[in-house]
Amino acid sequence: MARMKFLCDADRCSECNACVTACKNEHEVPWGINRRRVVTINDGKPGERSISMACMHCTDAPCASVCPTNVFYTTADGVVLHSKDLCIGCGYCFYACPFGAPQYPKVGNFGSRGKMDKCTFCAGGPEADNSKEEYDKYGTNRLAQGKLPLCAEMCSTKSLLAGDGEIIAQIYKQRVTKRGYGSGAWGWQTAYRESIAS
Amino acid sequence: MAKLFAQIRFIAAAFALVLAVALTSPAAAQQPSSVNPSAAAVQEQKLLQELSRIQGRISIPDSRASVLEQPAGRDWRDFHQVTLRWIGGIVILGMLLVLVLFYLTRGMVKIENGRSGRKIVRFTSFERLIHWMTATCFVVLAISGLNITFGKSLLMPLMSPEAFANWSQWAKYGHNYLSFPFTIGVFAIFLMWVGGNIPNKVDSEWLKRGGGIMGKDHPPAERFNAGQKLIYWIVVLGGTAVAVTGYLLMFPFYGTNIDGMQLAQIVHGVVSVLFVAAMFGHIYIGTIGMEGAFEAMGEGTVDVNWAKQHHSLWLQEEAQKGTAGSSAKGRMAPAE
Repeated sequence: MARMKFLCDADRCSECNACVTACKNEHEVPWGINRRRVVTINDGKPGERSISMACMHCTDAPCASVCPTNVFYTTADGVVLHSKDLCIGCGYCFYACPFGAPQYPKVGNFGSRGKMDKCTFCAGGPEADNSKEEYDKYGTNRLAQGKLPLCAEMCSTKSLLAGDGEIIAQIYKQRVTKRGYGSGAWGWQTAYRESIAS
Repeated sequence: MAKLFAQIRFIAAAFALVLAVALTSPAAAQQPSSVNPSAAAVQEQKLLQELSRIQGRISIPDSRASVLEQPAGRDWRDFHQVTLRWIGGIVILGMLLVLVLFYLTRGMVKIENGRSGRKIVRFTSFERLIHWMTATCFVVLAISGLNITFGKSLLMPLMSPEAFANWSQWAKYGHNYLSFPFTIGVFAIFLMWVGGNIPNKVDSEWLKRGGGIMGKDHPPAERFNAGQKLIYWIVVLGGTAVAVTGYLLMFPFYGTNIDGMQLAQIVHGVVSVLFVAAMFGHIYIGTIGMEGAFEAMGEGTVDVNWAKQHHSLWLQEEAQKGTAGSSAKGRMAPAE
């Protein structure tokens, strides 16, 4: 089985934000929530880099272990998914997440965070694949359709890679070798406890 | 002809200019890639070493999303999953064990001279209202709070995940909404009893004699003895700490960021389990631990012999005011 991962090649990202927009559109993400975002480090200075970030689908995910109602589960592909039916909106996954992935729609006044929403690696949730219930809660299940996450699929500079961790790491290594530089696989050390030697 | 000559001269001048520029900066003209883009690039590990998190600029309206990475979440996870469970388990079970052993060795502290039948007012109905409002909220807050930390290990195996999620959802609502009357209660307790709870010389004497907890000794005490003063300050200071940290968690990003919320949760968790353990002690001594103690907060009156035994200085004071021995709620005070 493949171990699905994201890899953002920061030396290629042009901060076009198309991944952000594609994700919002594909999944009809609730208002105010961005499952994916692009952060620019050292904006306007030499060495500026932009990184597209979403849930990294961590190995031994911190969100999953702190959840008081055990809503998280990891699929055979290594994708970290959650059940919105079991979520109580306590906010703990959001304290634990190193990447700021979990977000809550505002559903009322103080203290009433709604059901947590985050990137699903375009793999939906516990409901039947590509059912209406699954789409309403989690968005499209592209993995079940044999497709990879849309954000990476439509990235114009192929900066954002999504897929089998071994393969995308190989692609990144080849790029680094060929062009002679690379600022590393951002977030990999934190999410997967590994880095790609460049 | 003159026009053609002017054109040639113009082109020649342009060539000369280009040549001049090229000669003065040969490196830039011939080797544009000599600037190594990775040399100046920001490095993830370096940024994480400088600060515990990486923050940048973001173009979506949610400016809080500009934090790219904060690996501290993993440390907080260790606190929540390991450290807090150990602390909570040890202090709460430890307190229960101590109380059971204490009850088995010491038993209930009796009123030595028996009941006199005469009653004295100890807590007014307003004081009791505040006490029980705070106490009821505390019990719900404690159970729903412990559910967040221990529920999935202790309760979840007993029911379906759906039932547990449903219960936890209601427990969370209870926890959030009852925090308001609880906070008001703690504040009222602070104002109501602060006068009687300033530590003084009587307390050091009381503490020196161990409060008479063991044996038959009954050191003099005012309205509140040193043990009760301790409980009072645990409630006031502990209650303030859990209220402040709780509201920081309930209103995310008001005055805090994720680091602040992790810290708030750590303080909230640790203070809460200590608070629960302390309240077990409080409940014990107010019920099965001491004869005649519960009625102080239950009916508001205590037996005069109980007051003589446990709060001798307070009873003298009340006697001087002329309130001692008055019959409460129609109970007749027998003539002596």
